[in-house]
Amino acid sequence: MSATLLGQSVLSGIFSGCLYALLGLGLTLSWRYLKIINLAHFAFIFLAAYLTYQLAGPGGRPPWLVLLIVVPLFFALGVAQQALLDHFKVDEFASIIVTFGMTILAEVFIQWIWSADFVRLETQFLRGSFEVGAFFLPKQEMLMAGASLALCAATAGFLRFTWTGKALRASLDNPPIAASYGVPGQRLALMTAGAAGALAGVGGAFMALLFTLAPSQIYTWFGVVLATVMLGGLGSAMGVFAAGLLIGVCEAVTMALTAPAWAPVVPFTLLIVILVLWPERV
Amino acid sequence: MGAPRKNYAAPAGIGAAALGFAALPMFGAWPFAESFLYLLFFWIALATSWTVLSGYSGYVSFGHGAFYGVGVYATANLGAHVPVWLCLLAGGLLAACLGAAAGLVVFRVKRLRGELFALLTLALAIVLGTVILNTPIDGGPGISLMAVHLPRIYNNASSTVYLLGMLAAMASLAAAWAVQNSRLGRGLFAIADDEDAAEILGVPTLRFKIAALALSAFLAGAAGSVHALFVSYVTVGETFSITVPLFVLLMSVLGGARRWYGPAIGAVFVAGLTNLLVGGDWALAARALIGFTLIVATLYLPEGVAGLIEHKFRAREKPEPRRAPMPASANDNAPAPAPISGAPLLRIEDIRLAFRGVRALDGVTLDIREGEILGLVGPNGSGKSTLINVISGFYRPDAGSLVFAGEDASGDEGHRRARRGIARTFQIPRPFRRLTVLENVVVAGEFGARGLDHAAALACARELLEFVGLAERADALPAAINLHQRKFLELARALASGARLIMLDEVLAGLTPSEITTAIAMVRKIRATGAAILFVEHNMRAVLALADRLIVLNQGKIIAQGGPRAVISDPAVISAYLGDDDAQP
Repeated sequence: MSATLLGQSVLSGIFSGCLYALLGLGLTLSWRYLKIINLAHFAFIFLAAYLTYQLAGPGGRPPWLVLLIVVPLFFALGVAQQALLDHFKVDEFASIIVTFGMTILAEVFIQWIWSADFVRLETQFLRGSFEVGAFFLPKQEMLMAGASLALCAATAGFLRFTWTGKALRASLDNPPIAASYGVPGQRLALMTAGAAGALAGVGGAFMALLFTLAPSQIYTWFGVVLATVMLGGLGSAMGVFAAGLLIGVCEAVTMALTAPAWAPVVPFTLLIVILVLWPERV
Repeated sequence: MGAPRKNYAAPAGIGAAALGFAALPMFGAWPFAESFLYLLFFWIALATSWTVLSGYSGYVSFGHGAFYGVGVYATANLGAHVPVWLCLLAGGLLAACLGAAAGLVVFRVKRLRGELFALLTLALAIVLGTVILNTPIDGGPGISLMAVHLPRIYNNASSTVYLLGMLAAMASLAAAWAVQNSRLGRGLFAIADDEDAAEILGVPTLRFKIAALALSAFLAGAAGSVHALFVSYVTVGETFSITVPLFVLLMSVLGGARRWYGPAIGAVFVAGLTNLLVGGDWALAARALIGFTLIVATLYLPEGVAGLIEHKFRAREKPEPRRAPMPASANDNAPAPAPISGAPLLRIEDIRLAFRGVRALDGVTLDIREGEILGLVGPNGSGKSTLINVISGFYRPDAGSLVFAGEDASGDEGHRRARRGIARTFQIPRPFRRLTVLENVVVAGEFGARGLDHAAALACARELLEFVGLAERADALPAAINLHQRKFLELARALASGARLIMLDEVLAGLTPSEITTAIAMVRKIRATGAAILFVEHNMRAVLALADRLIVLNQGKIIAQGGPRAVISDPAVISAYLGDDDAQP
């Protein structure tokens, strides 16, 4: 194996990793701060992807314009979902089941509208690659990676430095006490869910840009993204980014050195190794 | 929870159903009915196997795709070489080994949370699927089972598959019933509600979890071995798809995961729907209906259909007229206190424990003699509760030894200490919330030092509830009784275990003065039974009234000990309480 090929693998691993982080960011927020393991996050991502496919299709609007529609829409969807779950006081375990039910409904909806066949967004937006030395840097992937890093960093900064972020963390530690100090727990929860929904919207738009879509593909992302979220440490925005990169690069190198079919073992092997060596982490 | 009386109606029903279904092909059932019923049986077997671990113990497994997959590939690889029944056995045993091995690793992870277990078991399926895909076990294209020789029981191979599926389902149901009504099942239910409290009461939690996981995996593996015969062409993509464990979960939750027959109800509904409504829009509608039912059922039926049925059933049963409360004479005629013998019951030596540099216990040495009440006091944060946690085996000290009744128990886990006769109450009561008050006490009697059988534990629990004044609330859930009743429930559990040393962790905190008077009388009665008591308390009136000896702990060290009156006038004790320590960093 040549150094160039290996380098190109690592690059593609970095891009995959950025995507895992982007898809996992909303999930880690709702898991940690809302105690909701939101499997429907994947359904939101695919709904957003299909919507992007529909609106940005041949002769359609440019993808960035589509984002202006998708983001508020999925913010609202996230808020609505949280209002429902909160109304029924759904706990962490039940949330897995309820949101899986929602995922099935979304899958059915997608299949009903767009059929079970594969579809691909045809767009002239940012086609082609930069060439740097011997390496190819596809423009669409570059944009996605930039967006992923920016969103993770912004979320981390928001949680760390703003009053709203601090209130959210206080609310997590002890909801009744935080509430008695005037933290509006419920409104914060709705905003967090909205933010997670909006992040699913962004993730979906990139999913449409980069991948061929089919409703059954929803489930294929569960494993690797959940592993990324756990490896990153729940609720940690930069953690999820780092975990995404680690998993993405390890996967890509494994694929390059052995066979592509071995890739699925990588995220969980990493997770277990880290769990054994560093049990406090996860 | 099953009724306490022995009731063999359920296994008889399972046996009768098995015979009935076995006879069905004789009457020339048409092929569609046979394969339809087979699919119901398959899902019943798989969902029921899941519930033996996950429904009962609360550890949700996504690994049933892996256990089932082991069975599938066992038949796919062995089917052409060995008889079919051996395939089933091999599939089950291989899956059980995988389950036990996974359990040994996973359950040793510190602070393992339920969702982490779920994810790690999901990983098992993904990793196993990838390994099988990339090795000669499958190799990629899938395996055809055309070469498998099937015995023809009704002159027809497909009837044989139907019969095997039916047997797998009935065996799973019978196993789930047996576990629910066994010691193992009662331990698992306790684990589901509060694993730490279960361990302290004597439930061997690690062993029970691994046993449940292995049994559950065995049943799933056997079901998978049969299923390989049915599909007759196996691929990794189909076998290890994430929808298998998710559907199993869905069926169990829908039907009611804490009852042996619950998952079967869910399986019949979901598998029935997906296999009756096939093709195009119908299949889509069936999926939508399943998704919708899943949401609605979780929100409105937290205990599933089975829970609903049982509530209806109980409501219809006439509540049996309550007997008047027992005359309290038994309580009043408490025998005179047993004399305190000088023999030490418990001796701990030089116990040290630090949490991230904070020395919670800094070389504590003390002994507790047979039959005495040893008061343990000290300011908040002085290490009293930590000491109780160390003695009960909840925390492992960094150094030091513990000798109980003349035997070294330093290395014992919590449940072994309980079996030796060490019991405790929790400062904030930790009852098993989904077990009734009576069942809470039964767990202690069955798993504690006495190790009673179920019937004896029941009798003992009823007596003790009488003793602590909770007989009226025996069938209530802990959430329905108030704080002081919950504290007395803690006492009843400690007593039911038949412990020789009972550690009471601030049993009086939060009680009203009149409740405190009752509680003090209760502690005297417990002492009269001959048990030694370690009495941790802030209430000095109670300490002086009860303790034979007093030990004062401050910053993890014993600063005074001796007769209660002498100790509380010790200058070191006064300064510890009045806080000239504030001047120190």
